[in-house]
Amino acid sequence: MSVADTLAEGPEVSAVRAMALIVRRELRLSFRRPEQMLQPLVFFLIVTTLFPLGLSLQLSLLRDMAPGVLWVAALLSSLLSLDSLFKSDADDGTLDQLALSGQSLTAIVVAKTAAHWLVSGAALVLVSPLVGIALGIPVAIFPTMLGSLALGTLSLSWLGAIGAGLTVGLKRGNVLLSLIVLPLAMPLLIFGAGATDRAASGISSAGALYLLGSLCVFTCTLAPFATAAALRITLE
Amino acid sequence: MDSAPQGLNVDKIHVWRGDRHVLKGVSLALGPGELLQVAGSNGTGKTTLLRVACGLLRPEQGRVAWCGLPIAGIRPQFQNALVYAAHEPALKSDLTPLENLRYLVGLKRSVPTAELEAALERTGVAACAQLPVRVLSAGQRRRVALARVIAMRSPLWMLDEPFTNLDAAGSALVTDLLREHVSAAGMALVVAHHDIALPARLKRLELQG
Repeated sequence: MSVADTLAEGPEVSAVRAMALIVRRELRLSFRRPEQMLQPLVFFLIVTTLFPLGLSLQLSLLRDMAPGVLWVAALLSSLLSLDSLFKSDADDGTLDQLALSGQSLTAIVVAKTAAHWLVSGAALVLVSPLVGIALGIPVAIFPTMLGSLALGTLSLSWLGAIGAGLTVGLKRGNVLLSLIVLPLAMPLLIFGAGATDRAASGISSAGALYLLGSLCVFTCTLAPFATAAALRITLE
Repeated sequence: MDSAPQGLNVDKIHVWRGDRHVLKGVSLALGPGELLQVAGSNGTGKTTLLRVACGLLRPEQGRVAWCGLPIAGIRPQFQNALVYAAHEPALKSDLTPLENLRYLVGLKRSVPTAELEAALERTGVAACAQLPVRVLSAGQRRRVALARVIAMRSPLWMLDEPFTNLDAAGSALVTDLLREHVSAAGMALVVAHHDIALPARLKRLELQG
């Protein structure tokens, strides 16, 4: 192949296949280190158990507080795993290699964040019924709770990706990451806990879920570009 | 008709790191079949120059061109033609060398496992192909990183201190690989302290502090 020929072709691997490859790689890495995946989940379970113990609430009061407790715990435990989203790749030089792979950094960010959500957010949604039962949330509103958590954790992964991209070059970026992400996550908390709360009170939660859904679409479409831009700055 | 310059051209690069003027108007040209060794004492910006040349770092002034075109406009094509081996071997310690190679090389081209195994064989770490990278020594990791460079099959190699951590046989292997690559009309930009024992077409760029 002559050198000038290289101008004609980008990588022969399509963006979709590259993304699938990155998702597989991230999942494999997560399953090689299951404790990193399990710790935020256990944190979620423990924090939600601490509330009824610490406040020795009456069941009725606990039921009123349950959606808020569930959501705050979900937010905090999601933050635990966000720090490592790009950090380990940046530390061992893999991020440079990904950035030079010929694939768009935005596509790489989408794949990495999606894989991160699968092992953190989706896993959290799956264990949330346990917490729901412990907090006395009626089983009838579990679908609303699960739906709102799924939308909320997905949006949160995207918000967190921006924060992780911005703080990846810092030695102790995890506190700063929380300070960046938590204020942005407030709308998610309001509408997420609101949706579950409304369903528990027998009012339609559709409005809150629609708003959560629109926030999810908003973050999913814009955050990859913001994250890729943040990473490009950190790579310099 | 084809009078466009072949290969890599770095033209009067200026890079500032905070208050430090690291690269002061560095230029270099690298054509097919050439090897350019970047030398200089510590802190003279050798790695910075490599990062500028591969496009990871944008210079404050000057331009980097591939086949006469600024790399900013042909990023996917340029990156496809390039393999960069940084000082860190860029390996995941929880994955095996084979998996590491598959996931990084696989982003550029679909590559059969046998070819990756052959690359590991060539660099002398085939026996470790199924072990997690965390149990490998620094020299073995460097050899795995070299296997990645081979498996990428890119015309332009950018190697940052490829001889680090390698024993005598390993250093000879790097020299052999460079010789084969250059004689097959490849290009190599290598940061190295000691001289590379290659007969022909070796250029040298000394960076001053």
